[in-house]
Amino acid sequence: MTSGGKQEAEDASRPVPPARETLILTGNHAASFAVKAARVQVISAYPITPQSPVVEKLSEFVEDGELKARMIRVESEQSAMASLISASTTGTRVFTATSSHGLSYMHEQLAWAAGTRLPVVMCIVTRAIGAPWSVWPDHQDAVSERDTGWIQIFCEDNQEIYDTVLEAYKIAEDERVYLPVAVCYDGYILSHTLMPVELMSQAEVDKFLPPFKSHLMLAMSMDDPVGVNPVTVPEPREGFPAYMELRHRMQKALEGAAAVMEEVEAEFAKVSGRHHGGAVRSYRLDDAEVALVGMGSCSSQAKVAIDDLRAAGIKAGVLTVRLFRPFPKRQIREVLKGKKVVAVFDRDVAYGLEGALCAETKASLYGIPDPPYVHGFIVGIGGRDFTTENAIEGTRLAVERSRNREIHDETTWLNLMEGE
Amino acid sequence: MVNSRDPKSTIAAVQHPTVGEAGKTGTWRTFRPVIDENKCILVTSPKARCHTCWMFCPEGNISKTRPPRVNYDYCKGCGICAQSCPHDAIAMRKEEDEP
Amino acid sequence: MITRPDDLPEEELLLSGTRSCAGCSMSLMYRTAIKALGKNTIITVPASCLTVLHGLYHKQSVLVNVIHTTFETTAASASGIVAALEALGLDEKITVVGFAGDGGTSDIGIQGLSGAAERNTNFIYACYDNEMYSNTGTQRSGQTPYMAYTTTTPHGKLEHKKNIPMIMLAHNIPYIATTCASYPLDVFNKFTRAKQFKGTRYIHVLAPCPPGWGYPTHESIEIGKLAVRTGIFPLYEIIDGKMFLSKESEPYLDPRKRLPVADYLKKQGRFKHITQQHIDTYQEYVNGQWDFISKML
Repeated sequence: MTSGGKQEAEDASRPVPPARETLILTGNHAASFAVKAARVQVISAYPITPQSPVVEKLSEFVEDGELKARMIRVESEQSAMASLISASTTGTRVFTATSSHGLSYMHEQLAWAAGTRLPVVMCIVTRAIGAPWSVWPDHQDAVSERDTGWIQIFCEDNQEIYDTVLEAYKIAEDERVYLPVAVCYDGYILSHTLMPVELMSQAEVDKFLPPFKSHLMLAMSMDDPVGVNPVTVPEPREGFPAYMELRHRMQKALEGAAAVMEEVEAEFAKVSGRHHGGAVRSYRLDDAEVALVGMGSCSSQAKVAIDDLRAAGIKAGVLTVRLFRPFPKRQIREVLKGKKVVAVFDRDVAYGLEGALCAETKASLYGIPDPPYVHGFIVGIGGRDFTTENAIEGTRLAVERSRNREIHDETTWLNLMEGE
Repeated sequence: MVNSRDPKSTIAAVQHPTVGEAGKTGTWRTFRPVIDENKCILVTSPKARCHTCWMFCPEGNISKTRPPRVNYDYCKGCGICAQSCPHDAIAMRKEEDEP
Repeated sequence: MITRPDDLPEEELLLSGTRSCAGCSMSLMYRTAIKALGKNTIITVPASCLTVLHGLYHKQSVLVNVIHTTFETTAASASGIVAALEALGLDEKITVVGFAGDGGTSDIGIQGLSGAAERNTNFIYACYDNEMYSNTGTQRSGQTPYMAYTTTTPHGKLEHKKNIPMIMLAHNIPYIATTCASYPLDVFNKFTRAKQFKGTRYIHVLAPCPPGWGYPTHESIEIGKLAVRTGIFPLYEIIDGKMFLSKESEPYLDPRKRLPVADYLKKQGRFKHITQQHIDTYQEYVNGQWDFISKML
């Protein structure tokens, strides 16, 4: 899977340091290697498909002495995140990975980690949520956690997973941010697929990512005891912020996080020679009239459709949304401004409304003069194939409906069984 | 720079140790413990050991001194000290009867 | 081991003027326990009365580090603190303690507690047991005793209390103790002893609650002592699997020395509706509990 932005970066001349190694890795193992390179100190996780290989590999690293970290084999995802919240508060860099029901089970702790403003990093290997049971990929798990205060970044290939995990620590531990980051990637489509991944040398990573620091490091200040997360009240007391002010500060930090992410990416590109595009990534959009929008596997599939669409006379390109939270409204507005039609492919449903990415893309475009016609499609739910043909079919339908600027309140699902 | 003591820069709810977190007891206390120094064994027998009231006060509002002193700023008037005094040296008196 | 009140350390790590109720025995238990634990301690506390005692942001009523965690995650939170201290090489210097209520321990928190104990996580878990969800307004918990009124058992609970110390025994942990807030010296000694072990240590503290149990605030100590003297709440330690009855409970191995359970029940509003038949059932339960203990010794 190639991406336009990345391709351009790779074309730029850069010296390849000899200490680097390219391995053929699954997406899950790419994440494990990044966690090792980040010198994570505490890992806490519970098995779930398709995440488990991330932690299995890390267990090998720890038990073989390649990674000096404490590994807690907790009895639930709830406990995984709760233990990491306290490990981070105590003063260590932490990691976990999960999927689907594991993520849902963590929900309360996700809010707690963000509210404490902790630089926790987690991989979400995205998978459908029951009922009924489905172990297959879609984005419903990650998207359902979008309001917890986490930064969420979606990846499209295994190199991007490796790079994004390293960037995630740098973003999370930035004093302007101090928020947890989820690195999201499609179950199986990336988690279990082998791709070449170039690993940075440890010296390069150490230079990029200095030792852990955070605003809470209890073990380092035992003579100045504090209590973290007591009860707050509705109104400020004695000049101190109340719950509402603290939540306002969290939102402000999220609003500024996209800019920090872009800074971090630029710095990472200097070291690695790879740039993934920041909050959003464009593929053949410059001259395009029609934009296909998606995250993770949806945008990969959309890219494959572009040649066919252009051959059929539809000047199309792809906008990959990497940063889902904070939602990059400005970047999306800038890229989609002037386009005629936008087709959004969601591998999730904000049930009772429409695809979450579609709703938020529309909201981002609100108020600009002569906005593009936006049409959403629900695809690939519970591991259903989202094919090139589906991407073409959706784009054609969007273009057709745009002619009369038809408004469809009901959702459009692609690749359903006949007669549905 | 994030500093939990600075209301402007703090980003999380971090509390710092303070005596009287909940404020002074104020007017809601109905009874207050009064130590009768004529009965307190720490006074009547200078070598005696006791401090039972100090040990039992749920909040540490009684000093480990001879005689023990009650910190009325924070005493909630529960009466545990009076109940547990082995020498019956503490009486619970109605607030309005006290000067 | 200390034996007299003035042997207790003078330094107070609990600061006067907390938000707990008048006559709260949890407050007394906590004040005593943290004297034993000392300043080099990180405590983690779930949603509970103890959260309230610690005070409202931005002030705190204790001189130790505290991490507030969610209701069910005391032991998981402690596991994280322990792992971090091990990673930092500070685990020998700093004691990690989880303090949770009975609901947070035996109901919503038992999964995390069981997991942490099975991993023999190096920490002390203390359950202060006021036998109901006192903080949310006295609802029934798994630790509520037979026939006790709570707001969700208005006619009295039909089941007996869950025996958490025995559940902990099944985890093969090195130290288990029961104690009662009414015996501060015993509380102090057991926390001091627990500190000397490595691995998971569990302390179950009975903590009478004046508003929840329905008795006047000055009787907190007496009520707890009656729980021990009737044999309802036996005090013991289990060290590496072997049970030792504490001296406060030793006499009551002999059933003739136990006060009748009615002496305890009749002093509390939460039992005011009980009949002689209930009292007999309660007494049988207590006698059976001692038959079990006598076999354990």
